[in-house]
Amino acid sequence: MKAIYSLILVLALVVIATLGAGAAKMQTIFAYCVPGTAFAIFVIGFVAKVIGWAKRPVPFRIPTTGGQQQSLDWIVQNKWDNPSTGPQTAMRMLLEVLTFRSLFRNTKVLLKHDDGKNPIVAYVSAKWLWLFALLFHYSFLVIVVRHMRLFLQPVPQFIVAVEFVDSVLQIYTPIVYQTNLLILAGAGFLLARRLLDAKLRYISLVNDYFPLILILSIALSGMYMRYIAKVDVMAIKDVVMGLTTFKFKAVPASIDVSFFVHISLVSTLLAYFPFSKLMHFGGVFLSPTRNLPNDTRMHHHENPWNNPDIKPHSYEAYEDEFREPMFEAGLPLEKTPEEAA
Amino acid sequence: MAKIIKPDEMLRSINYTPPATDWMETPNDLSPGRFAYPAKLDKMEYLIHEIPGQFGNPRTWNPTDDDWQLPPNWKEIVVNGFRERLDKYRSLKIFMDICVRCGACADKCHFFIGGGDPKNMPVLRAELMRSIYRGEFTLAGKILGKLTGARVMEEDVLKEWFLYFYQCTECRRCSLFCPYGIDTAEVTMMARELMHLVGININWIMEPVANCTRTGNHLGIQPHAFKDIVEFMVDDIETITGKRLNVPLNEKGHEVIFITPSGDVFADPGIYTFMGYLMLFDAIGLDYTLSTYASEGGNFGMFTSADTMKALNGKMYAEANRLGAKWILGGECGHMWRVINQYMDTMNGGMQGPQMQTPVSPITGTVFKNAKQTKMVHIAEFTADLIKHGKLNLDKSRNSDIIATFHDSCNPARGMGMFDEPRYVLQNVVENFHEMPLGTIREQTFCCAGGSGLNTDEIMDIRMRGGLPRGNALKHVVDKHGVNTMACVCAIDRATLIPLADYWAPGVKITGLHELVANALILDGEQERTMNLRQEPLPGFEEE
Repeated sequence: MKAIYSLILVLALVVIATLGAGAAKMQTIFAYCVPGTAFAIFVIGFVAKVIGWAKRPVPFRIPTTGGQQQSLDWIVQNKWDNPSTGPQTAMRMLLEVLTFRSLFRNTKVLLKHDDGKNPIVAYVSAKWLWLFALLFHYSFLVIVVRHMRLFLQPVPQFIVAVEFVDSVLQIYTPIVYQTNLLILAGAGFLLARRLLDAKLRYISLVNDYFPLILILSIALSGMYMRYIAKVDVMAIKDVVMGLTTFKFKAVPASIDVSFFVHISLVSTLLAYFPFSKLMHFGGVFLSPTRNLPNDTRMHHHENPWNNPDIKPHSYEAYEDEFREPMFEAGLPLEKTPEEAA
Repeated sequence: MAKIIKPDEMLRSINYTPPATDWMETPNDLSPGRFAYPAKLDKMEYLIHEIPGQFGNPRTWNPTDDDWQLPPNWKEIVVNGFRERLDKYRSLKIFMDICVRCGACADKCHFFIGGGDPKNMPVLRAELMRSIYRGEFTLAGKILGKLTGARVMEEDVLKEWFLYFYQCTECRRCSLFCPYGIDTAEVTMMARELMHLVGININWIMEPVANCTRTGNHLGIQPHAFKDIVEFMVDDIETITGKRLNVPLNEKGHEVIFITPSGDVFADPGIYTFMGYLMLFDAIGLDYTLSTYASEGGNFGMFTSADTMKALNGKMYAEANRLGAKWILGGECGHMWRVINQYMDTMNGGMQGPQMQTPVSPITGTVFKNAKQTKMVHIAEFTADLIKHGKLNLDKSRNSDIIATFHDSCNPARGMGMFDEPRYVLQNVVENFHEMPLGTIREQTFCCAGGSGLNTDEIMDIRMRGGLPRGNALKHVVDKHGVNTMACVCAIDRATLIPLADYWAPGVKITGLHELVANALILDGEQERTMNLRQEPLPGFEEE
């Protein structure tokens, strides 16, 4: 049901863009106003969110330790999973952000039965989520980089190189980028497991389906533009350059309506981003269980709101309460019963 | 102990398919056995006075009643407390904001694996709070409501929190697997703090907190009784070794103060571990003292609130200063060591007196650089160093009847990273050692299901379900290698793993690490040993 709501929502966006830019001839709004506003919301929203996190204190160092600590000299420390210095922690973060190291650990629990009798709990490797998540995110990144050619004149060599590698298989005309297929596979897998795994279906919200369906629709509309509508890329680049340089020109009539659908969906994604779970992109860098060294036995960590008024029940109060029996038991005292009296 | 179903029945009852009702629509099951008993009134009245600002609404109440006798403005208290913590903890704010519900954590929780209740999936446990975050603090959540997983604070939500944030042992296994490191322990700690503000609590935690505050240890043992118990152990050691040890209590002028969980002083089999420490100290001639005022290493404040944790932890430095100790040696305990490793210096480092110094082993000269700030060393680190330098005279054959495995406790595993030190010690004192399967040990270790104050008998069904992953891994090595002993470095484990092993892997003995050390340890001038610390015959001395 939640998936269907999300699908309807995305379809509604497609219809609005089709009618708005096509039938109602509001190309200028859809080419300039909508993406411009969305981009502004994205940048301001993203920065505000990250600043909001960064401003909040980290009272305690609570890294989740995933390996042997630094201890005696002859015990080998697992520096990447249990870092005790800044550079080691940076390495842990790099592996986390670039290779999804924690997700790579993923296992799946199985209740198996030994010859039909008692179930055994078993843990099997489950790397599919890691693999498809990685495919999805890297495809997304490559596609964003490729699109930078529309924003930059002349096109930097780096982007040309990325395009070359991404189309190295040389199939179909126009040549198919591998990431176009991979992002469909990645997002498709992520959506399918949400729909098919009962546990995941149970925890999934509209907030989970909507961005996935939106991203899938963006990819599909982009592919439609390139492979079916074969849109006028030079005209589109003119519009995009106009947008980025604030030199707005009349939108050429030669631009296919699919462009407006595509850019409306992207705008929705941008505007939605800062208020959604997609902020995991920024949050992962600030997660206190990952981005801090496990070193508070070695170095002091300051808690800005540490309350000095919280004190232990004092020894004096303790001895006052138990002085007599302590004295009788022969335990050392600060004050004998006579002194205290 | 409450009567619970048989293991095979329990195994067959596990079903990972979620119910038809959406989780927000699933009613709370508050029948007996589903929750731990609330705190006694006198304990709460004492604590409100001792540790101000943490606890509200002291009263006698019963979770099975419809009316929990909440204060009229309870909703405001909880929502304001939530807002305040969102501003005090970057962790909480980020964990509320960035979960993508990928489900990687879902089957990592021992309570989910053994029970199948979807609200025990870490993601959903956190959603119990995150839904309130959306509904009370975000615009989209306020407008769109349930569609976006948002809801507002209601009495049923508070009851749900009570059920499920006391079905989390703060073991952090989920956070290891989370791609963003979202830590349910942190969420649980916050939820419990909020519940304390309106008087929702459990006695198994609050009575120990009150006792630790007043008498120095969670069992409420008073100083003279503590001395008697130590004397009994000295007697037992004399029976076993023929040597009478001198155990300093509350004495000034010693180099080291030794602090261990008080479970070791009181409960079988922890007492054997405690005897093990005393024998080790005698063997190396350590200049140490125990304290009755700081006679609890464990910190039930960690299961209560940050300030409570701080208040209880502060005793360690206070007593080290009073007695003039240069550094602190800590015994085998799980959550105690997360507190020491990740909170102690931040909270109370300023209390350290000028006499405190970077710990140096007086026997080997090893400088414990990793403890130079807290001045506190784990006894497994200390003993591993002694063995490495050949300072202990060990006779493994006294443990030759033992086929051991090692249970990594959650907090030393995922809140510290102490894996190889205890293993090194263990392998030097036993002849036969087998690891449990990968995926159930070291950083992926499974909880005893009684941590964070849940080792109480009225929730035995929940505990045994949560104990399934550990129990099943143990059963595996029992069947495969004939393992008969599971060693651990945690006092709560020594209490909780016994019923767990009896239930899931009968016949396995639970021991602390230093019980096994002391069995193998040859003291100067001891008589020929014929029995182990439990006064059972050693191999070769069994009676006909």
